[in-house]
Amino acid sequence: MAVKVMIPTPLRAYTGKRDSTEVSAGTVGEALSGLTTQFGDLKKHLFTEDGKLRSFVNVYVNDEDIRYLAKEATPTKDGDTISIVPSIAGGCAPSCCCR
Amino acid sequence: MSEVPILRLNQDLSDKIRAHGAETYPHECCGALLGRDLDAPTTNSSDGASLASREVTALFALVNRRDDSPRNRFSVTSEDVRDAEKAAREKGIDVVGWYHSHPDHPAKPSQFDQDHAWPWYSYIIVSVANGRPETMTSWRLADDRTQFTPEELEIAGKDAAAHSAS
Repeated sequence: MAVKVMIPTPLRAYTGKRDSTEVSAGTVGEALSGLTTQFGDLKKHLFTEDGKLRSFVNVYVNDEDIRYLAKEATPTKDGDTISIVPSIAGGCAPSCCCR
Repeated sequence: MSEVPILRLNQDLSDKIRAHGAETYPHECCGALLGRDLDAPTTNSSDGASLASREVTALFALVNRRDDSPRNRFSVTSEDVRDAEKAAREKGIDVVGWYHSHPDHPAKPSQFDQDHAWPWYSYIIVSVANGRPETMTSWRLADDRTQFTPEELEIAGKDAAAHSAS
C-alpha cells in the first residue's frame, strides 16, 4: 500500500531536497524502514544505534501522533500521509537566571 | 574552507523577536522562523553538510510550553511545529529555524540548546537583561551535532553595529 511520507526541512539534506516521498508499507515501522532504505543517510537522524526511534522525532499518521496509537506498529492504509515532526526545545543553562 | 552563512531578516522582524523576548521576560519566548534558502549551498563543511545563506520573511510566534521552568527552558508541542510548518506552506516558504530568548543570560547556545537542536535549522537567540532585549545572535548545529557555529545576522535596513548591543 502506498503511503506518503512528509520530510521536515532539517532532514531534506538527506533526501535530495525532497519534501515528501512515497513508500509501500502496511505499518508506520515498515514505512520508516522503506524510507531509510531509500535514503540511507536519514537513518542516523531517525533512529538510535540500537534501532529505536529517537526521542526527539515525532511521527504522525495523518493527524494522529503514533505515540497515542500503536507506535511503530500503527497500521497504515493506501493514501495515508505520515509526517515526521522534529521536537523543538532549548533554553539557557540552569544557572543562568533562576532557581 | 569555511564561510559563515548569512541569515537575513528585515528590521521589522528583528524588532518583533526582540519585543517578544521583552514581553515574556523573565520567561523565555520562542517562535518559528519562516523563509527560504537564498542560493545553492556554496560552503561544504568537513562532514559534507552544505550551508546556504537564507532569508527569514515571516515569524510564527509560539507559547513556551515549559510551565515547570520557563525562565531557563523552552519547548513547543509537536502540534505547534505542525502549525508552523502549515503556516509556512501556505506562504510557499519553509520553517528555516527557531528563535528563543535567554533571560539575563548571554545570547550563546547552552549545552541544553545543543542537546535539543537539529542540524540545518537556524537558531536565533536574543538575550534579555532586566527586561530589555540586547544582543541577538544566530547559530547552526553541525551535521554531527557536536557544536554550534555562528551565522551572520544581516538586518536589512539597519546598521549591524547598531543592532547588537555591546
